[in-house]
Amino acid sequence: MSQDTATTDGTRRPLLRVRELTVRFGMRHGRRIAAVSDVSFDLAAGECLALVGESGCGKSVLASALLGLLPANARTDGSALLYGPGQGTGLDLLAADEATLARTVRGRRVGLVPQSPAAHLTPVRTVRSQLAETVRELTGARGRELAAVTRAAAERAAFPVDHLDRYPHQLSGGLAQRAATALALVGDAPLLLADEPTTGLDRDLVERTVDELRAHTDDGRGLLLITHDLAAAERVADRVAVMYAGRVVELADAGDFFGEPGPRHPYARGLLAALPERAFTPIPGMPPELDALPDGCAFAPRCTRASAECARLPAAEEGVACHHPVTGARPAVGRREGSEGSKV
Amino acid sequence: MTADPHPALELSGITAGYERRAPVLRDVSLTVHGSEAVGLLGPSGCGKSTLAKVAALLHRPYAGTVRLGGEPARGWRHRAPRAQRTAVGVVFQQPRLAADPRLTLAALIAEPLRATGRGREATERVRELADAVGLGGDLLDRRPHEVSDGQLQRACVARALVLRPRVLVCDEMTAMLDASTTAALVTVVEDYRQRSGAALLAVGHDRTLLERWCDRTVELAGAGGGTDGEEVRSAPRAPADTSAG
Repeated sequence: MSQDTATTDGTRRPLLRVRELTVRFGMRHGRRIAAVSDVSFDLAAGECLALVGESGCGKSVLASALLGLLPANARTDGSALLYGPGQGTGLDLLAADEATLARTVRGRRVGLVPQSPAAHLTPVRTVRSQLAETVRELTGARGRELAAVTRAAAERAAFPVDHLDRYPHQLSGGLAQRAATALALVGDAPLLLADEPTTGLDRDLVERTVDELRAHTDDGRGLLLITHDLAAAERVADRVAVMYAGRVVELADAGDFFGEPGPRHPYARGLLAALPERAFTPIPGMPPELDALPDGCAFAPRCTRASAECARLPAAEEGVACHHPVTGARPAVGRREGSEGSKV
Repeated sequence: MTADPHPALELSGITAGYERRAPVLRDVSLTVHGSEAVGLLGPSGCGKSTLAKVAALLHRPYAGTVRLGGEPARGWRHRAPRAQRTAVGVVFQQPRLAADPRLTLAALIAEPLRATGRGREATERVRELADAVGLGGDLLDRRPHEVSDGQLQRACVARALVLRPRVLVCDEMTAMLDASTTAALVTVVEDYRQRSGAALLAVGHDRTLLERWCDRTVELAGAGGGTDGEEVRSAPRAPADTSAG
C-alpha cells in the first residue's frame, strides 16, 4: 500500500468508501423498486473486490450509481466517497453534478470495463479511431504523439496493434473485450469498475480477461469486479461481497469464502453449493421481486435455517447479515463425490 | 426407448457454415441415443453452435445427413416437415434474443402449441411447465422486459419442452446465468430427459458443467485446425458422476 493512502490517524484510507448506498426507482402506479439497499463497503488501492449475486440482484444498478449513469426516475441515498491525492474529504459520487462526473470522474478517476464490449464499441468506427478519440480527450495528445500514445494504450490492454484498423464486428469476443479494456485504461483511472466483463466468453478467455484485470489491480488500481461467475471471482478477488435482493448479505475474505471455513450466509453457501464442481444443487425458489420485498430477511422464504426471528431485518455483523449464520467448518468439501443432491 | 434401434439424433459427415468456400464444420459426425445426454465442448468460434443449429434443423448443411429416429431430415427451418420440426426442442444462449418481446411468458411458453394447432392444450401444459421451471406468481402474465434473464430463460426452457420433444438441443443454455439458476434449469432438463427418454445435446464451453451434467462429452476442434475429416473426440462422464437417478 502506498503512503498517500494512509490517513493521519494511521488507518488505511480506502480508494472508495461506500456507505449505506440505496437506490430506488419510482415507477408508474406508485410502484417503487428497491434495487439497492444500504450497501456499505471499502475498496483499497491494489485490491479486487468481487460483487457476486444472481441476475437482477442489483449489482449493475450499483455500478451505474457509482458512475452517475442512473436514469431520471432513480433516487439515491447514502454516500460513495472517492478519494484521491490531495482530496482529504473525498468526492461523493452520488452528490456530484453531471459536469464534475463527465469532466473529472468518468474515464479519468473511474474506468468502466463494460458488459458486452461488442455493444460498447461504436460499430461504424475502427478500434484505432475510437481509442485515439479517447486518448485525445483524456490526455490532450495530438499528431504523432497521439498515434504513439494510442498504440501504447492498445498494448497496455494486450490488444494487438496490427488489429487496430479493424471494426468491432471483425474482432473475436476476446479482442473486443481487450479493446474495451484499453479504452477504460486510457485515463489511468485509479478505480476500475468491471461490470460482468466476462459474460459470453469461453473459459480460457474468462481466465485471461480476469487475469489481465488482476494485473492492472496489482499495478495499484482498485478493482470492483461485478460478476455472476463465481469461478472468475475466486480466481482474482481479494474479498467477496455477496448481494441478494439489493443488499450485501456477506462480505468476506475470498480465501475464507471459497476455501475453509466457507461462506457464513446460507444464501452464499447455497450459491457455492450450486456450482457443478460442488453439489450442483439449486437453491429452491427464486429471489423476491424488488418491488415487493419483505420487511425482514429477503432470503428467509428460501432458507432452511429461517425462524420467526427472520421477520426482522438482520443487521450486518462481522460481514454477515443473518440471524442464523453458519459457523464452524463446512461439511465435506468433496461433496461432489456423493452427488446425492443433483437428482431431485 | 431401448426398443428403438435407431439413435434419436444422428449427424453424419456434416459440412456446414456461412460461406461455401470456408465452412465452419467439415465432415463432422455425432450420434446421440435416446435417453442419452451428450455434451459438446469447444472453444468459441469452433462451430459448435452451428452444429447445434444443424441438429435442430435450423441451418442447412452443405453436405451430410441429419437423421432423427432413423429418418433423414427432409427440410430445414420452416420447410422441415412438422413431425420432424416438432421432434426437436431448442434452448438458446440469450433468452432476450429468443423471445418475442410482445408475448407474455404464458403466451411464449404456449406458442409452439398454438403454432401447431394444439392451442386447446395450452392452459394445462403452461401450468404444468410453469410449475416445473419454477415460474410462479404473476410472472406468467409479464412480458420479457419485466423479468430477469434467469426468469426469461426458465420460460424458454418451458417452451422447448411444451411439445414433448424427443431430442433437446441446449446451446449455451446457462452461459448468462448464475450458479443457482444454472443448477435449477439443468435439473428441469434432466427430470424431463429421465421421464421422457429424450436425447440431449448440450452445447457449451464450460467443461466442468458439461462433464457433470452429461453422460459423455465430445470435443470439437477449433475451426483453424485440420481441414480434412474432423473427428469429434469423445470422453466418458467424469468418474465422480456415475449416478443414474
